[in-house]
Amino acid sequence: MLDWLFASPADRRLLPGGRFAGATPWLIGIMMFVMMVVAATGLALAGGARLVREGVAHRYSIQIADGRASEARALAAAQSSPGVERAIAVPEADLRATLEQWLGPVAAGEGADLPLPSLIDVELAPGADPEAVASTVKRAVPSALFIADQSRLAPMLGTLNALTAIAGLIVLLIALATAAAVVLATRGALDTHRGTIDVLHGIGATDLQVTRLFQRKIALDALIGGTSGAIVAALVLLLVAGSGLGAVGDWTQGRLLRWGDLVILATLPLLAAILATAVARSTVLAALRAQL
Amino acid sequence: MRHGGEQGQRSVALTTIVEFDRIGLRYGTGGEVLRDLDFRLGAGQFYFLTGPSGAGKTSLLKLLYLAQRPTRGRISLFGTELTDAPRDLLPDFRRRIGVVFQDFRLVRHLSAFDNVALPLRVAGHAEADVEGPVREMLAWVGLADRASAKPPTLSGGEQQRVAIARAVIARPELLVADEPTGNVDAAMAQRILHLLTALNRLGTTVVVATHDLGLIAATPGSQLIRLENGNLVDPTGALRNPPASLAMA
Repeated sequence: MLDWLFASPADRRLLPGGRFAGATPWLIGIMMFVMMVVAATGLALAGGARLVREGVAHRYSIQIADGRASEARALAAAQSSPGVERAIAVPEADLRATLEQWLGPVAAGEGADLPLPSLIDVELAPGADPEAVASTVKRAVPSALFIADQSRLAPMLGTLNALTAIAGLIVLLIALATAAAVVLATRGALDTHRGTIDVLHGIGATDLQVTRLFQRKIALDALIGGTSGAIVAALVLLLVAGSGLGAVGDWTQGRLLRWGDLVILATLPLLAAILATAVARSTVLAALRAQL
Repeated sequence: MRHGGEQGQRSVALTTIVEFDRIGLRYGTGGEVLRDLDFRLGAGQFYFLTGPSGAGKTSLLKLLYLAQRPTRGRISLFGTELTDAPRDLLPDFRRRIGVVFQDFRLVRHLSAFDNVALPLRVAGHAEADVEGPVREMLAWVGLADRASAKPPTLSGGEQQRVAIARAVIARPELLVADEPTGNVDAAMAQRILHLLTALNRLGTTVVVATHDLGLIAATPGSQLIRLENGNLVDPTGALRNPPASLAMA
């Protein structure tokens, strides 16, 4: 099936030019570098969104607008509900400390008269029914609000998902640009070798025989250029991950990219070579069919 | 019209190898460059195609070596009608035809050896089966010591002989040559003609387009196809109705 990739020395001599002789491998290498960086960024964003989603998937908050008076009842109701693994009232000092960052010590610090709601962090066991917990808490304290953390983080998760989709779109556009570049490079190669093609056709070469010469050349150009671009991109990503992204690594416990993501990134050069080969093949066949 | 010497010793049945039936050819929206060509070529014959410049000789040759389809009429080669044949079928027929172009059309970056070997490699011969015949063919055209030379380093006559070697290496049934002596001196022209007639004696039908009347005179037993303004000039009708038998010299 891949015998066309292993041409005889005589076949190789038909289309002269060594590796990296033309612009194609460089072009594909640069495209692959950009594609890898964008794809890794997109996958990391998706990984970040996944980690955030997993982190808050079973977390809820009980907010009581009228303060501490009914906090104990709400806490007791939550702790007694089935499926609640943990329910802890957030100390008022913690709330004030958080608000101080925006409002300052006068407005939100110790002794300020800013009324604060009571806040209880609730963590449910997987499979627990949040509606049932909410009902129990509501029965105990009708003014309590039972809020899923996930819904509070929905805008951020939406943004992360949108950025992931944009990264995917960019990867797709780069793939299309690579395909377009391969079409142009193949047409250029066809023009360059028009005389040889005419001779080959004249002595009875089939379209497939001629096509194999070009698709092999483009496939090797794409594989070598793509792999080189991918290796440089991997080095750059490792460098960035090892320096500036240390904090992010801590935050996500180094799990932004999973093994599956790394496999996807590793297959990109191969996919680019396959895409380039298919595009080159169809371009050559279309050009040959336009003549007798 | 039969030209030159008369019958020899041996009679063989004539097989039609090429048949043109009211062929017309035009390029794009221009006028017809070939009109109502109606003839047959017999297997093993030697034909000269003559006529003034612009008469349509090269266009006729293109039809013969399947580089062009006619705009009207029917063409049969080797007993198969190919007028509207799917292009996938054409390579098999092209492998039965050798072509010597006026401008040689050698692949410049390949050696003389590789140029001559091309038809065998395209036909799928194993590399072990290529070396011997190519060396033999290069020796036949007097270029055994130039096997590794590339076309730009060869003289016009040497390039012409490489082109001839490439055209005949696969022992084609039909050889088409466009002005094969147009770029060489008289001595080389004689040598090339000798190669072509030798090939013809081996059974290949040869069609040579030429202005060189001396070449025609030096080829007894050959027949003439004369074109003028895209029309076949064939007063005797010999090409339309070749004899049922012919003498082989």
